Amino acid sequence: MASLTLDAINTKVLKCEYAVRGEIVTLAQQLQQDLQANPGSHPFDEILYCNIGNPQSLGQQPITFFREVLALCDHPSILARSETEGLFSLNCAFSYETKDEYGPAEFVFESIGWSTSFSSCIDAIKRAQQILDQIPGKATGAYSHSQGIKGLRDTIAAGIEARDKFPADPNDIFLTDGASPAVHMMMQLLIGSEKDGIMCPIPQYPLYSASIALHGGTLVPYYLDEATGWGLEISELRKQLQAAKSWGINVRALVVINPGNPTGQVLAEGNQREIVDFCKEEGLVLLADEVYQENVYVADKKFHSFKKISRSMGYGEEDISIVSFQSVSKGYHGECGKRGGYMEVTGFRPEIREQIYKVASVNLCSNISGQILASLVMCPPKVGDDSYGSYSAEKDAILSSLARRAKTLEDALNSLEGVKCNKTEGAMYLFPRIHLPQKAIKAAEAAKTAPDAFYCRLLLNATGIVVVPGSGFGQPKLRPYGRLHKIRWEKPTFIKLNLS
Amino acid sequence: MSPRALDYESLNENVKKVQYAVRGELYLRASELQKEGKKIIFTNVGNPHALGQRPLTFPRQVVALCQAPFLLDDPNVGLIFPADAIARAKHYLALTTGGLGAYSDSRGLPGVRKEVADFIGRRDGYPSDPELIFLTDGASKGVMQMLNAIIRGGQDGILVPVPQYPLYSAAISLFGGSLVPYFLEETANWGLDINNLRESVAQARSKGITVRAMVIINPGNPTGQCLSEANLKEILWFCYRENLVLLGDEVYQQNIYQDERPFLSARKVLLDLGLPISKELQLVSFHTVSKGYWGECGQRGGYFEMINIPPRTVDEIYKVASISLSPNVPAQIFLGLMVNPPKPGDISYEQFVRESKGIIESLRRRAHIMTDGFNSCRNVICNFTEGAMYSFPQIRLPPRAIEAAKRAGKVPDVFYCLKLLEATGISTVPGSGFGQKEGVFHLRTTILPAEEEMPEIMASFKKFNDEFMEQYEDHRGYSRM
Repeated sequence: MASLTLDAINTKVLKCEYAVRGEIVTLAQQLQQDLQANPGSHPFDEILYCNIGNPQSLGQQPITFFREVLALCDHPSILARSETEGLFSLNCAFSYETKDEYGPAEFVFESIGWSTSFSSCIDAIKRAQQILDQIPGKATGAYSHSQGIKGLRDTIAAGIEARDKFPADPNDIFLTDGASPAVHMMMQLLIGSEKDGIMCPIPQYPLYSASIALHGGTLVPYYLDEATGWGLEISELRKQLQAAKSWGINVRALVVINPGNPTGQVLAEGNQREIVDFCKEEGLVLLADEVYQENVYVADKKFHSFKKISRSMGYGEEDISIVSFQSVSKGYHGECGKRGGYMEVTGFRPEIREQIYKVASVNLCSNISGQILASLVMCPPKVGDDSYGSYSAEKDAILSSLARRAKTLEDALNSLEGVKCNKTEGAMYLFPRIHLPQKAIKAAEAAKTAPDAFYCRLLLNATGIVVVPGSGFGQPKLRPYGRLHKIRWEKPTFIKLNLS
Repeated sequence: MSPRALDYESLNENVKKVQYAVRGELYLRASELQKEGKKIIFTNVGNPHALGQRPLTFPRQVVALCQAPFLLDDPNVGLIFPADAIARAKHYLALTTGGLGAYSDSRGLPGVRKEVADFIGRRDGYPSDPELIFLTDGASKGVMQMLNAIIRGGQDGILVPVPQYPLYSAAISLFGGSLVPYFLEETANWGLDINNLRESVAQARSKGITVRAMVIINPGNPTGQCLSEANLKEILWFCYRENLVLLGDEVYQQNIYQDERPFLSARKVLLDLGLPISKELQLVSFHTVSKGYWGECGQRGGYFEMINIPPRTVDEIYKVASISLSPNVPAQIFLGLMVNPPKPGDISYEQFVRESKGIIESLRRRAHIMTDGFNSCRNVICNFTEGAMYSFPQIRLPPRAIEAAKRAGKVPDVFYCLKLLEATGISTVPGSGFGQKEGVFHLRTTILPAEEEMPEIMASFKKFNDEFMEQYEDHRGYSRM
């Protein structure tokens, strides 16, 4: 019989796993319901979701300028009204007296936790008008071009150029509902059968393993070296590639997450050049997950896009195929719920580009609000813009807070018995190593649970803290890890666990 | 230079097989012409706002406030936003865990899913479970998720109406399944004949295909027909006996232009049938904010509701949804507003009703204008658009036109539609993009161009068509060669 029972659904669906929202989270949601029904029923007052990079769910505020522009684009009919200027200058005690929009000096006010300037509001109105002019009929409710609105892609390309100092083509950009759908699209193109392999870092963000499984391909792991701060060795890449080939796997692409997730390392330029050469030599598509490009917390490292590195090495479209993924969900903007992002696709022949376009067109287009936000993220207020002062104040506050929290949590974790934590150079996570005693490992086996999942479950039941067991990210066996999300607190609290 | 991984030959074969005519050759040609300065009327996709339909005011007010919650605390916010929009924005923000910028539950905000369940309960007269309702970035994503779960391999077949909205054929190609067509009867107003269904299934099975699911699009796309209660019952019994999952694409449920066959959800008819079928027939229903009188295509908001799907299968579908983390939150609010619109007594109620009725009544008038307009053209016959947003006239191409198409290397209806585009700027989708009987040609256009512009558009079409027929018809009588 062929009805929709478990034994009759697509086995690739059954095989794929995604621990970030897996078993521990389900348990956490149950505990949360318990707390609501019976306050005091657990030794903690609230569940702290540290499993997902979801900053605004933990109190991080959105960038005011971005939200002002988005609100105006959502309801453009208010742009014509004079009251609108008054409303968007809600935080100002002064009324606007001159007609010269470049006129008065910035007035900065504190209000409900934001500081904003009057002229930032006028800037938002101008930016919204500019964006609406780029949308046919100013219709933000219409399906757009399947790659995204052309004018917004122009803006994003300009932003990429300003960042990298190398040209970027708006036709290379595909705006998507977050970076994840773009990753899925590329996996769909690259994977025809389980003979097609995609190289992924271990530990990795499990979107990659899940997507590869869903599309029926083979994940070819390459191991990052914890001892060298999660370094990426080319020798390891070569070794794994050879091994895969010897098993008859046709390796198609290399995934690099930079800054890394969950490991947080920022690649050194030299390392990046080696990776580019490796992909070029072996004919691999370089899938560069660069969604944390704005999250770098150490002074001695900088983000460089892989496209920039390739171009600086003299490599062009003929030499290497690179897909760069970016998102509005991370950085300092943290707009996860908007589902905005893009992939920049370079070094592909036109007939491939057509196929990518075709797949994108079946879904018609990504959400317009997310497209607008992507253009704002890639082309935010600049020095000299009226809105720059308040924008950069908000941005700096968020980034410096993240950097402080990275250090605080790292130090705190390193002070715990049996816990060792590498420095987080970037992204949003800590990936401490928990040295579990033999008794704990045996107890986990008896409970038929992976040792790190066992630890994480106990942690949840004792403290309400939700983390993701390291096995969800892949790791060499017997070295359990837990991924902690650092966005939550300035002053972390810990309860020491007795694992006896 | 070493061999490259992404050469055409090594692309996933399934991707190469995919076709999606709605944004295919005609659309690309129209876009080229537009860039060259030609005025193009895009009727290739159901995209109301692109053709001048205004968004409903109330939802835009609410979502704008949700985008910029700091506005809610301003004493002057009431100058621009009505009190009920302000209250609603606060209501939806409270349902989120951190506003629009936080990932929600992967199935969508529980509070919105509850509103959807309440809506379904009111519509059908039977309560609905929010736990079985998943919000998605547009209904298309939901369709893709379900088809991906169902299709195990090339031996799995999905029954799809012909003509169909080519998302279905594209998705089936992408996932490596088999499309099992069942033909709708053009002469019977695109009706569904159960005998056609039986025949299609038998043929598929004789080729070793396991038929797993049946798609119905009600109201139909591109055909617009609204299924009768009797038809729906037949379909449900058929799926029950043949053990098929029924996939009910009901995205046009608000777009009804006749009174004989109002919209009936597959779920309602199923539950009316009672036990045992009501507890055993597996059904997934799809809806969206993109159509109806809302037309908010660009938001990408939709949902699907699962009925009689086993819990462990639901878990697997949840798992796949969780990989994408969550659907976009602003669209979830649009969905909530759609299923829970302003009520009598609300400040915005009258404006909301006026705007909605205005759109629906105009669509009904335009359905008639287009149908009548097409029927006045030479060699064109057109069924009335009972629902949805499209007109799907049959174009009886003379043999010489078909030959000319062949010489030009084009499928006949593509040839016709390209000539139509070049002559008039009207960008349609050839019927071959939706499937049709061998040797019978159609095109799909939308009924969405502004009402004031319709007469001119139809006149322009008629002029082109009648001249085309004049050019290609053999006046000494048709040659059937």
